[in-house]
Amino acid sequence: MSAVATVSPLSSSVAKKVVVALTGLVLYGFVFVHMMGNLQLYAGPEKINAYAKLLKANPPILWGARLFLLAAASIHIILTIQLALKNRAARPVGYAGQAFQAASFASRTMIWSGPIIGFFILFHLLHLTVGSVHPDFSHTDVYANVVRGFQSAPVAGFYILAMVLLGFHLQHGAFSLLQTLGLRFPKYEKQAKLLLGAITFVIVAMNISFPVAVLAGIVK
Amino acid sequence: MNLTLRVWRQKNRNDAGRFVTYEAPGISPDMSFLEMLDIVNERLIEKGEEPIAFDHDCREGICGMCGLVINGVAHGQRRATTTCQLHMRSFSDGNTIVIEPWRATAFPIIKDLVVDRSAFDRIVSAGGFISAPTGSAVDGNAILVPKDDAEMAMDAAACIGCAACVAACPNASAMLFVSAKVSHLGHLPQGQPERYDRVQKMIAQMDAEGFGACTNIGECEAACPKEIKLLNIGRMNRDFIRASTAAKG
Ligand code: FES
Repeated sequence: MSAVATVSPLSSSVAKKVVVALTGLVLYGFVFVHMMGNLQLYAGPEKINAYAKLLKANPPILWGARLFLLAAASIHIILTIQLALKNRAARPVGYAGQAFQAASFASRTMIWSGPIIGFFILFHLLHLTVGSVHPDFSHTDVYANVVRGFQSAPVAGFYILAMVLLGFHLQHGAFSLLQTLGLRFPKYEKQAKLLLGAITFVIVAMNISFPVAVLAGIVK
Repeated sequence: MNLTLRVWRQKNRNDAGRFVTYEAPGISPDMSFLEMLDIVNERLIEKGEEPIAFDHDCREGICGMCGLVINGVAHGQRRATTTCQLHMRSFSDGNTIVIEPWRATAFPIIKDLVVDRSAFDRIVSAGGFISAPTGSAVDGNAILVPKDDAEMAMDAAACIGCAACVAACPNASAMLFVSAKVSHLGHLPQGQPERYDRVQKMIAQMDAEGFGACTNIGECEAACPKEIKLLNIGRMNRDFIRASTAAKG
């Protein structure tokens, strides 16, 4: 192939979207694993507290993983802001009233679901990782932190709302990921959409089940 | 039919522009949308007013010159139909119809409903072609094209470059147009030598023209009078990734 001298493909909008898709994939994988780990809440305090201890057993690995996720999230956000600004500049004067024909709710609200989820993550870290906004935080008893934390209805409500938005974000994000990474194959389109939809549904449903179970007194 | 039109009027590029309301009585349901505008214009000329400027050429749905945003939808509500092929029977007596130009930074308004779409020409000049030696034409069957590839190439080649995709996209992105051109040539043997150069150059030009980035919303596909599929964008992305990751030299 001949070299392309005049173009720098890595600064193009499509390259940025590819990076947004890849970092999104990392974060998508993380929320899935995070949800799986949390399921141990239903196995009782010993199980989940031991799991939490295991995760923190090796500080270099723990901090490596944290920095990796922080980097993925930061890049995802910065590039999305750049792209969103470009998009805004591409149509400074809008229509008298655009009648959407195909756009899904999820696809049109990515720019809102994203920042709200970002804000939620900050709150979640302060709430259940750092503990500074938690009424009664313990550094070793994760189980008690979760139960005590979700006993506040507004807090539990915010978690549930954030998870619903996360569901929309992941639903459109997963489809966009296939499209942006050039992984759409008409032959397997149906299966791929079904699989991604199912994973997204499980993530959201299970995550919502935790505050609900605490509020309902099932987990106490 | 008696209609009320709210039409975007703008003297030139620098004019701020505004909506002007016109009554359009006595319109036949068998008229095309553009014929309806012709009638309105004749009446305006008789009254000594400036007619409404709009683009058109073939009026057969094949050239891609026409294009209006009608009641907030590029080319109007009817699917797979250009503005010139839209008929007044799609509307009802007493309707108010809002008519606007394509709106995008990359398509400055020249006058009223006419926009400058030469950004598309520059994207095509950047790579939407094949380099073929001139001379006597080669035999039509000398290069075999697998049926599936021919189908995909032809589907993409149906693009008439009207730019409804840009007009309909909330991001004013030109990805559907560019991907149609890339898919069209990239699926044919004749398009292979420049396949990866093409995708990079066309996307670079697309960015330089000030179009937005695709967020996979699908409004473009819904607005396209030739039903170009969103899938083409996925294919173009794949080619772009291959082009950008392959070793140069
Ligand atoms: S005027 Fe040619 S496509 Fe409408």
